[in-house]
Amino acid sequence: MLTPILIVVAIGLVAAGMLTIASKVFFVPVDETFATLRAELPGANCGACGYAGCDDYANAMADDHTVSCTKCPVGGPDVAAKLAEILGVEAGGAERDVAVVQCYGTNHATKKIMEYAGIQTCSAAKQFFGGVSACPYGCIGLGDCERVCEFDAIKVIDGVAQVDRDACVACGMCAKACPNSVIRISTEKNKVIVQCRSIAAGAEVRKVCSNGCIGCKMCEKACKFDAVHVEDNLAFIDPEKCKNCGACAKVCPTYAIVNMRKPPVKKAPVKKDAAKETTAA
Amino acid sequence: MAEKITIVMSMVLVNNYVLAQFLGICPFLGVSKKLDSATGMGIAVIFVMVLATAATWPIMQVLKQFEIGYLQTVVFILIIAALVQLVEMMLKKFIPSLHKALGVYLPLITTNCAVLGVCISNIDAGYNYINSLFNAAGAGLGFLLAMVLFAGVRQKLETATGVPEAFKGVPITLITAAMLSMGFMGFSGLFQ
Repeated sequence: MLTPILIVVAIGLVAAGMLTIASKVFFVPVDETFATLRAELPGANCGACGYAGCDDYANAMADDHTVSCTKCPVGGPDVAAKLAEILGVEAGGAERDVAVVQCYGTNHATKKIMEYAGIQTCSAAKQFFGGVSACPYGCIGLGDCERVCEFDAIKVIDGVAQVDRDACVACGMCAKACPNSVIRISTEKNKVIVQCRSIAAGAEVRKVCSNGCIGCKMCEKACKFDAVHVEDNLAFIDPEKCKNCGACAKVCPTYAIVNMRKPPVKKAPVKKDAAKETTAA
Repeated sequence: MAEKITIVMSMVLVNNYVLAQFLGICPFLGVSKKLDSATGMGIAVIFVMVLATAATWPIMQVLKQFEIGYLQTVVFILIIAALVQLVEMMLKKFIPSLHKALGVYLPLITTNCAVLGVCISNIDAGYNYINSLFNAAGAGLGFLLAMVLFAGVRQKLETATGVPEAFKGVPITLITAAMLSMGFMGFSGLFQ
């Protein structure tokens, strides 16, 4: 009776002793930065940062300080701030990012070119003659982004994806899922955004959507900081130069530029009018 | 020598641990999304299987000496777990590149039933020490083969468009695994 117990205990002790000695003999000095960084990460090993786990991400940051410390969606801005502190990165490096939908082709503003009855996902619709919308560049509106979002931060409202900027953690899943690449990840401090990515000529845009950028360059002239430029018939706001003054959003004749500090409440009636115009024309 | 080749080939094709004996299904489904990580896992399994056999076979002789063969499972798990930890430490110290390549898979293998399976089946089949090692290597190769084949299929599945909505994701993966397993049934009876 006693022999088996003793033997198993002996094997266990030998193994434990071996491992203890081995851990001393084969000790590899760990980079101190890595250890402190790793301690701050949540340890969920979910891989949402794009690395193979928390260890891998901490390693990458310790090796290369240019690796962004805002990649952990689980920890959010708190963890990012702590990581930035450890790495000695400026507070600027820890800026919060959010997803930005570069389309505001709502049901009122744009039209569908077909009654699509196939598989109700954007990627399937995209393969079928390039999507259901009249505009080939815009949001298809079947909610692939909504389905991949684990934080309930993006919803298709009124036929176009819209981001809840408070809930968004900038994990980038929606940007990856969008077959039209309408969604991009941008810094949260840039609150004036171009909600269109159509590079078609102004007349073409006018035909398919009343909220699209027609490349009129009004915004370029209105900007006092040289932050807005129209290239390829599409306005682009330089995130470094933009001061969020919203002057461009005010002059934009089509509501392609939106000031997120003032959500476009007053726009609803205007949009309906614009829709009526287009249907009348 | 012919005997050893027979052992290896039968473990790779006929008695493939994953596809014919259904051991080690967890990593087979879990780590087969990408070809390179599947290969890494497969190689790590070969490595651990041979080492575990090399360690457990002599221990079994000791257990038999004391007529406590029924403790086989407990003792083997203990030995495999300790061994994998030891190997991980040594790799980290001496071959960091290999340690990095195997990454998280090495500790995962501790709980891989195929490793325990190969150690026990070596004893049950009554192989001598050398044949046991060949059997373990064959089992590992079979695991690698199954992983690589399945990872290849899965990478194609990711982009396949003809999959019905209800079957997307895990269901179609399991069906594919079943088909692959049925394909390997064709090898049964190849060796006596």
